[in-house]
Amino acid sequence: MAETTPTPGMDERHEEAHADGVTRREFIYLTAGAMGAVGAGSVIWPFINSMNPAADTLALASIDVNLAGIDVGQAITVTWRGKPVFIRHRTADEIAQADSVKLDDLPDPQPDSERVIKPDWLVMVGICTHLGCVPLGQKEGDNKGEFNGWFCPCHGSQYDTSGRIRKGPAPANLVVPPYEFLTDTTIRIG
Amino acid sequence: MKKVQWNNPVIRWVDERLPVFSYMNAEYNEYPMPKNANYLWSFGGIAGFMLVAMIVTGVLLAMQYTPNVHMAFNSVERIMRDVNSGWLLRYLHANGASMFFIAVYVHMARGMYYGSYKAPRELLWILGVVIMLLMMATAFMGYVLPWGQMSFWGATVITNLFSALPIIGEHIVTWLWGGFSVDNPTLNRFFALHYLLPFVIFGVVILHVVALHEVGSNNPAGIDVKGPQDTVRFHPYMTSKDAFALTCFLIFYSYWVFFNPNALGHADNYIPANPLVTPTHIVPEWYFLPFYAILRSITFKFFWIVPAKLGGVICMFGSIALLALLPWLDTSKVKSARYRPIYKWFFWLLVIDLVGLTYVGGSPAEQPYILIGQICTAYYFLHFLVILPLLGKIEKPLPLPKSISEPVLGAKESA
Repeated sequence: MAETTPTPGMDERHEEAHADGVTRREFIYLTAGAMGAVGAGSVIWPFINSMNPAADTLALASIDVNLAGIDVGQAITVTWRGKPVFIRHRTADEIAQADSVKLDDLPDPQPDSERVIKPDWLVMVGICTHLGCVPLGQKEGDNKGEFNGWFCPCHGSQYDTSGRIRKGPAPANLVVPPYEFLTDTTIRIG
Repeated sequence: MKKVQWNNPVIRWVDERLPVFSYMNAEYNEYPMPKNANYLWSFGGIAGFMLVAMIVTGVLLAMQYTPNVHMAFNSVERIMRDVNSGWLLRYLHANGASMFFIAVYVHMARGMYYGSYKAPRELLWILGVVIMLLMMATAFMGYVLPWGQMSFWGATVITNLFSALPIIGEHIVTWLWGGFSVDNPTLNRFFALHYLLPFVIFGVVILHVVALHEVGSNNPAGIDVKGPQDTVRFHPYMTSKDAFALTCFLIFYSYWVFFNPNALGHADNYIPANPLVTPTHIVPEWYFLPFYAILRSITFKFFWIVPAKLGGVICMFGSIALLALLPWLDTSKVKSARYRPIYKWFFWLLVIDLVGLTYVGGSPAEQPYILIGQICTAYYFLHFLVILPLLGKIEKPLPLPKSISEPVLGAKESA
């Protein structure tokens, strides 16, 4: 570069400050540092991203469930993305219980109609929103808690017949996964 | 080590109790580096970078890999096809092994050319040989993990080397395998050791650097530093120089990773391991070829009593063990080949000899390669056991400069 002053030794710093007080050295430090950061970031990101779900894991992300064999009052548990999904064929009584609750009484207010597609079928991820245990209430003799829904044995959270938190440490209702009815008796979760 | 009075109260508080900051300042900031060091002195740092790169990519790969004979091959294919950037991690790791060996071989050749192994750096050199041995073990076991044909048969051939030992040989091999052939127990322990050894290497590298900083770096003139006028601070002079060298090296590394990722491997390793079919042509990775050639060159009884198999194994391990004795085999007091007019040529002859051994190691075990390999093997041992000890007595070295500065400044003054 033509304007560079010949440097007899690196320790004698010939710093030409421009009008705004920025030296060439500061400019080079900043731009080189910025390029270095971009370079490091572009290497580190794929490394971190490699720990995210892989393509084959994502490919297993949806399942079809046949509901034909589940009688009124029965419940089944299926596995979706490695988690239990509760599917309950609710009785008229249970639906009425879920509908009759005042929203003001709920820690996480949500009407039953927002939690189901067809009122007969309640589909939820069976994982307590407190610290991730699987609540009881799927089997015949299980403790269903005070609200006739689900009871988490780990820390005593109690869910109602819509899977909404009513009592105990859990902060939120049981999560409703994305699902759709393919036919009257088949759903696709995910 | 010089204690620094730090301005930052937190740093000062820590440093007074655990002097990590003073240590880093002394060893990587103020450390006096001979000012005539050339770019060959960057390869130690490059090798260190490669060790870290191998550990980082290796840990991430280990999160996806399954060390089981039924699942290992497919888990590697899953890394290639399904894991986000898995192909990048694996190609960085597989080619990184080659890059690590390139850096270390250049680093060692530099030490041999400039006599860096001579007093007071003997232990520094021996620690380096230990690192190389550990690297070889680690690389070998890593190559077994994908459980392809080359993995399986490489493991079979190398572990069978120990069967050459009389009486205990067979028992040792069974013990190594954890069974009666290379199988699941072998794969499991190789994975465990492949994960462990890099951290052992890291520990020995720390000792290597401590030993280096205790005695100071050698330099192309091979003469001692006389005073501060002969050195520059490590930072910024060596850090910026090494950063540039590393950048150039990374461009070279990237070429293999992104444009020719399988060139340094073998196509046969993309066939799942089959204990019933041996590939027609088994070759180790390129960085083992010289030693593999030495192994195969011993096709005759040694001293009429040692069987060829055992002789080959002894020669192969001996060729590496010999390096540890180099400080005492080289009898010349002059370090740098610059001032050793005859040694300079023998150094390059050794390089050519090793290239020849590499070529033979990659060729099929038939004539004329066997004969070439035997000549090269004989020369390798001749170099270390005969030429080097004698040369120190015969050779008349060139006059050494009085100081590191003299060849530069002296020339300027006389001009």
